[in-house]
Amino acid sequence: MYKITKENLRALFREIAGSRELYLPVEMGGQVNFGVWDEDAKVRLDVLKTVKSPKDIFFPQAETLYTCTGSGKNIRIKPQELKDRDFVVFGMRACDVRGVKVLDQVFLSDPQDTYYAARRAHGILVSMACGRPEESCFCSTFGIDAAAPEGDVAAWMTEKDLFLKPLTEKGEQFITSVESLLTKAEDEAETVEAEQKRIREILEKLPYRNLSLDGWDGGATEEKFDSPIWETLYRPCLACGTCTFVCPTCQCYDIKDYRTAEGVQRYRCWDSCMYSDFTLMAGGNNRTTQLQRFRQRFMHKLIYFPANNQGMYSCVGCGRCVEKCPSSLNIVKVIKAFEKQGGGANV
Amino acid sequence: MCNRRDPLIPQIGVITHVETETPDVKTFRIVRPEGGKLFDHMPGQCAMICVPGVSEGMFSITSSPTNREYQEFSIKRCGMLTEQLHSLEPGDQVTVRGPYGNHFPVETELKGKDLLFIAGGIGLAPLRSVINYVLDNRQDYGKIDILYGARSADDLVRRKEMEEVWMKAPGVNGYLTIDVAQEGWNGHVGFVPDYLKEIGFAADKTALVCGPPIMIKFVLAALEGMGYTKEQVYTTLELRMKCGIGKCGRCNIGSKYVCKDGPVFRLDQIEELPDEY
Amino acid sequence: MQELIKRAKELLADGTAARVLGWRRGDLPYNPEPAFFEKEEDLDRFVYDGFCGANLSKMMIEASRLEGKTLVFLKPCDTYSFNQLLKEHRVDREKAYIIGVGCRGKLDIEKIRAQGISGITAISGAENDGPDTLKVRTIYGDRTVNYGSALLGRCHVCKGKEHKICDEQIGRSRDTKDADPYEEVRAVEAMTPEARFAFFQKELGKCIRCNACRNVCPACSCRKCVFDSTSFDSAQKANVDSFEEKMFHIIRSFHVAGRCTDCGECSRVCPQGIPLHLFNRRYIKEINELYGQFQAGEDPEATSPLTDYLAEDPEPGIIEERG
Repeated sequence: MYKITKENLRALFREIAGSRELYLPVEMGGQVNFGVWDEDAKVRLDVLKTVKSPKDIFFPQAETLYTCTGSGKNIRIKPQELKDRDFVVFGMRACDVRGVKVLDQVFLSDPQDTYYAARRAHGILVSMACGRPEESCFCSTFGIDAAAPEGDVAAWMTEKDLFLKPLTEKGEQFITSVESLLTKAEDEAETVEAEQKRIREILEKLPYRNLSLDGWDGGATEEKFDSPIWETLYRPCLACGTCTFVCPTCQCYDIKDYRTAEGVQRYRCWDSCMYSDFTLMAGGNNRTTQLQRFRQRFMHKLIYFPANNQGMYSCVGCGRCVEKCPSSLNIVKVIKAFEKQGGGANV
Repeated sequence: MCNRRDPLIPQIGVITHVETETPDVKTFRIVRPEGGKLFDHMPGQCAMICVPGVSEGMFSITSSPTNREYQEFSIKRCGMLTEQLHSLEPGDQVTVRGPYGNHFPVETELKGKDLLFIAGGIGLAPLRSVINYVLDNRQDYGKIDILYGARSADDLVRRKEMEEVWMKAPGVNGYLTIDVAQEGWNGHVGFVPDYLKEIGFAADKTALVCGPPIMIKFVLAALEGMGYTKEQVYTTLELRMKCGIGKCGRCNIGSKYVCKDGPVFRLDQIEELPDEY
Repeated sequence: MQELIKRAKELLADGTAARVLGWRRGDLPYNPEPAFFEKEEDLDRFVYDGFCGANLSKMMIEASRLEGKTLVFLKPCDTYSFNQLLKEHRVDREKAYIIGVGCRGKLDIEKIRAQGISGITAISGAENDGPDTLKVRTIYGDRTVNYGSALLGRCHVCKGKEHKICDEQIGRSRDTKDADPYEEVRAVEAMTPEARFAFFQKELGKCIRCNACRNVCPACSCRKCVFDSTSFDSAQKANVDSFEEKMFHIIRSFHVAGRCTDCGECSRVCPQGIPLHLFNRRYIKEINELYGQFQAGEDPEATSPLTDYLAEDPEPGIIEERG
């Protein structure tokens, strides 16, 4: 265990950024999102949730895969360079760290996505316990402990200090690289334990603390899919992509061309199963209604994904959709609707 | 060039031969720039073909793996990309990545079986790969029946191969049909499902069905009526695909990704999927 | 609110309305969702309070295709949108039974959070006839919030509390306008071109192309949006470079110019807090200055200056001459 006083955090960031890229929650135009640190950055470690999850550090909203030059009888392909420098993501919450683990299941499984894999290999995750959980949080539902986040290094903010504890070999190396700024705090484990206890007591008071996933598992496809509950649930859905784009685990993407003077860039970008053209092809569309598209998103997160990933849900309870959906729809309301109105094993 | 192995980075393919099959179907022969096959594949697998700056699409590989020189794709003109592909000539390049998806179980479940191929229109493309594979390994399989139909005689893909190669091969019976009578056609006239019932194949075969959704629907019903069980019937699903490796989410149905877990499904496997295909 | 529920039940019971379009109580104190109610007992979850900012007019497009009349609750500002949709033949007047609901301004949960409040478990006083102070219960202690301090930005420049179309009216309204709608626009206009560009760069750079602004916008009622066209090369989801989002928002604002009623839904729903209404309001100001005062949606019979030609209309060159 190590610690650093809050006043020295700026020096710590400077030290980290000296040799690596440093991403952390920064305020830009009134909104807090993960961004690259510089001397002028308005760091907001106090903000519990960034608007977007930090997933775009590993899986950017848009990235070039390769560039094609020439045409006709002479096409050349130039793959995009992979990330080859270490970087640090500082201040990820427990839910966001789990979000990355969910993405790992997709992108690191065979055949591995090399763009993502390179970023994961070079990224050092410094997580931070949630000192002030909010009403939209429900990470406990997914077995996540906001008081003991995973990652390469876990951190706890107390009134005066930030405590840091390496959890992996990568984390140890990171600590070594900034050790000159840290103080050893082996004898202060109790302070961190007290903070954890305080956090866990708050978690027990959250409105969604009893949210239950009973009946949502890989085997429930038919029963949930055919439920009439979807018919009323989906109706306020605007078919926008807000929930998808703020979500730490949504990973659907599109691959498109961008024509430039230097050739055709084949790029990928986030896509949303909520969009009407998501499954549209020359031969037709297998999801023509918003009901079908809405259902797909939740069935995927709570049933199909766990079926393929040893029971792991593709939701981490970060509550961003709860806060950001323009129509106040969200995964919690979906789960509760099935709980209340039956149509599921919850009856 | 490209020596990194990322599943999303394609290789260059050179078109060496283009054959006009029907007014809207052409078969393209594609090899590596230095010659030779793009990759090894199994019957039923697909590949992503891209015309840079236009679009990329998933197409089934119609040539058999037993062909050691090239891969072939029979492509129907039906959108922006296929329109562009149809304008290409020998010597032109495209980008190709794959092979993707599963394949017909030619080395396992189909071995030793009597096979009944039922195809409609461009649906012959994936089955042709299996037919030629089976004919090249003739001793491993039982009797073969091929029922193939199209809107008109002009819309029959690989008609010459059907009549001159397959139907002349030992232990193969071929049946051709067209939807509506036309001048110069002396063969059977009628829809594939009706012709299927008319011939009334014994229910001890394994059926491989490929064609437009409406044909598949009635063929499956007909097969059921003829006593075929769901375990005896294979077909392919086609959905919008982008990545080809089960990650982009587009072709997800239930816990399956058609691009990775399909396109070949046995009927009992399809029935387990939510009704969304 | 009980009066609204009572009246809705009556209209369902006597067959006037086949369904009700309103807001359903959420699972947190501030997140009701727009909802159709088919049965009387469903209305037990009907809510109308300060958090019912969502404009239901656009959902009447869908409702106009359904069998029978839909009883819809519209706030004064929502009626402008309904009128505009009516003018554009997107909704059917015969399919709507409109109850104009009173409004004392709608609340912005972000403005409550901005007062350092989190862990909200209950809010009282948000009712339409409630007090001036909200009592907010949180897991970190109880707080009070002045109702006026938590209003959506649009309520400070309210067009007025008169319903421009309705079959009947229930509930009282309170004036909330305390700012000049064009003040913000003038502030942007006063910037140097470089500063103005930097301002929009910063704001639009936050865009994540979620399309919430477009999809919520009552003026964006095209069956298929040009930005969803597969043949439109630089379209859709990706913010490939910073030009993308600017193009999307600029084109969108042009498309709704002269039809935008300034309902403010775009800014309300933007997850990144982009003041999207500034574009539209700039066009409204421009139209007013060039063609005379015009409020879209005020009168469904009125002709929009942008679709009408008058001999005395200024020539396009006026923009250049004016400098």
